[in-house]
Amino acid sequence: MSGTLADDSLASAGQLRLTWLRFRRHKLAFVSLFIVALFYLVAIFADFLAINDPHAVDARRGYLPPQAVRLFDGGGFNPHVNGMTGKRDLKTFRQVYVPDPNKKLPVTLFAHGYPYELFGLFETDRHLLGLTAPEQLDGIYLLGTDALGRDLFSRVMVATRISLSIGLASVSLSLILGILLGGISGLYGGLVDLFLQRVIEVIRSIPTIPLWMGIAAALPNSWSVVQVYFAITLIISLVGWTELARVVRGRFLTLREEDFVIAAELVGASQLRIMLRHMLPSFTSHVIAATSLALPAMIISETSLSFLGLGLRPPAISWGILLQDAQNVQVLAGAPWLLLAAVPVVTVILAFNFLGDGLRDAADPYG
Amino acid sequence: MLIYIERRLSLALITCIAISILTFIIIRLPPGDFVDAYIANLASTGSTVTAEQAQAMRHEYGLDRPVYVQYVLWITRVIHGDFGVSMMWRRPVTEVIGDRLWLTMVVSFAALFLTWTIALPIGIYSAVRQYSIGDYVATMLGFIGLAIPNFLLALILMYFGFRYLGLSVGGLFSAEFAQAPWSMAKLWDLTKHVPLPACVLALAGSAQLIRIMRANLLDELRKPYVITARAKGIPEYRVILKYPVRAALNPFASSIAYVFPYLVSGSIIVSLVLGLPTVGPLLLQALVAQDMFLAGTIVLLLGVMTVVGTLISDMLLMWIEPRLRLTGRS
Repeated sequence: MSGTLADDSLASAGQLRLTWLRFRRHKLAFVSLFIVALFYLVAIFADFLAINDPHAVDARRGYLPPQAVRLFDGGGFNPHVNGMTGKRDLKTFRQVYVPDPNKKLPVTLFAHGYPYELFGLFETDRHLLGLTAPEQLDGIYLLGTDALGRDLFSRVMVATRISLSIGLASVSLSLILGILLGGISGLYGGLVDLFLQRVIEVIRSIPTIPLWMGIAAALPNSWSVVQVYFAITLIISLVGWTELARVVRGRFLTLREEDFVIAAELVGASQLRIMLRHMLPSFTSHVIAATSLALPAMIISETSLSFLGLGLRPPAISWGILLQDAQNVQVLAGAPWLLLAAVPVVTVILAFNFLGDGLRDAADPYG
Repeated sequence: MLIYIERRLSLALITCIAISILTFIIIRLPPGDFVDAYIANLASTGSTVTAEQAQAMRHEYGLDRPVYVQYVLWITRVIHGDFGVSMMWRRPVTEVIGDRLWLTMVVSFAALFLTWTIALPIGIYSAVRQYSIGDYVATMLGFIGLAIPNFLLALILMYFGFRYLGLSVGGLFSAEFAQAPWSMAKLWDLTKHVPLPACVLALAGSAQLIRIMRANLLDELRKPYVITARAKGIPEYRVILKYPVRAALNPFASSIAYVFPYLVSGSIIVSLVLGLPTVGPLLLQALVAQDMFLAGTIVLLLGVMTVVGTLISDMLLMWIEPRLRLTGRS
């Protein structure tokens, strides 16, 4: 009995619900949705999650290895990290800092740390984790520190914001270009279509990285972080729109022949109404799927450019800039934890790929 | 068939022109012109240039003429093989680039070849043994290849090579051959060094191709002619290799046109990480130093090289796909 009931509700379910049900069946995609959401939450609350000031430089704590937060101490619950103590390396005569097992620094939730503005609105200094009474060199370094003693964990948190938002901004820009040009191409056909198709083919056959490098290198050194940010967004999306345009054009071409579009034409609906009311709803899901498949490419582009030193520039923090520190094997051999900045990159790219796959399957729930 | 070749050739020509215009824009993007940069360069070594001399130089290079005239002048010189002078090295650009362009090509083509040889058998296996452990492993590897940007992969390989094997992974030649003139021994040395960067580059591309190949072959395998072939008692490997694989190969081959630019692109950044003597590191140096003739020439040559590679893959496609040969439609 329950079977027929489910069938009945399925038969009358709207497209949104059908798409959702189909999407739920793709387990990896479903999990990826949560991972992506988590990443964006991190991006929003980056400062709150960061432990130490991501810009704070102190050469004395350069290249500290990752520290673990120990939850228990002598049988009781007492979360703490071990403090650092200075020692002279008898071979190189350099002052090195090593964890001191006898120095226990208590860790607490919602601790006071460096001041920041939450959402750019409220001034606060509360952080998720922190030391109860930090002294000069004390701190929690979950992922270790870089050459200048900046906390990698906090930097990764803050970098998430720029790397994800630049991906989102580039993809939005590509989407606008793609829908506009793909739509024109698919709707008008003929010479316009032929011309735009050739343009797309030409753009796709040019190796992108040298092109990006060439344009990015011309950005004046005097530009502020924000200006460079927008310039990089523009550069990435100028090349990235082609795939989205191709998808939109393809959908337009197939939909133009559909009965319901012809019916709407015969009833006398205007061109604009047919596009917005009849055609758009039936391909939004495809566009969303294509968008989430395009996002990882955008994120990789930004990471690559910044990695080369031609993208965003310090003091901006992005995943690419963090990985720039890991470029040298000699450095890596001494401080392999610098490569940990690659983990979020790989995770989010995988998640977006699975998500896009699931969305693409779900985009046509009647199939 | 001729129509098809003609279409491809004209598209290649248009692409080359588009690339040259883009290159020209890139050369002109930094503030100031060639003469300004040249004067600044001379000033840094102590010599000075008078305003009249500068004016004469501007006239000589046509910098006082409209932009499109400058473009035509520049492209005419380029076609005659004169790419200008590298500011950084004070030598003709062609001399600075030297072997590097060929080495870039060697690495990119090796990567392309490897992409094919990895993707084809694994794609066939994944489709024929759908949902087997091997299929899942291939899919998983494919996703990892997709998710790890190739410069990261190069970094990770270098780190592990250095840390656990004590090898300095990287370069295209052993130390004793790096400066040596070309010889058979040097060529062999190169052959030994190419596979690693080629693998790094090929992984992401083959991940994509495995997925396409698998999907296409799965579609073909479900068609009635496969059942007919089996019913006739043809051995299973011949059933698969002779008909569905050949049919599934078409979209596979056409996607190569898009994989090649991607490989060339990737080779730039991977070369930087692995320290390969390709045009990659040179391009970055030139861009950082604003040595625009050198940078522009590299972008232009890479672009043209990609077009040639794409053209080759189009011809291959024509060889694989009889429908193209006969009707001229893609």
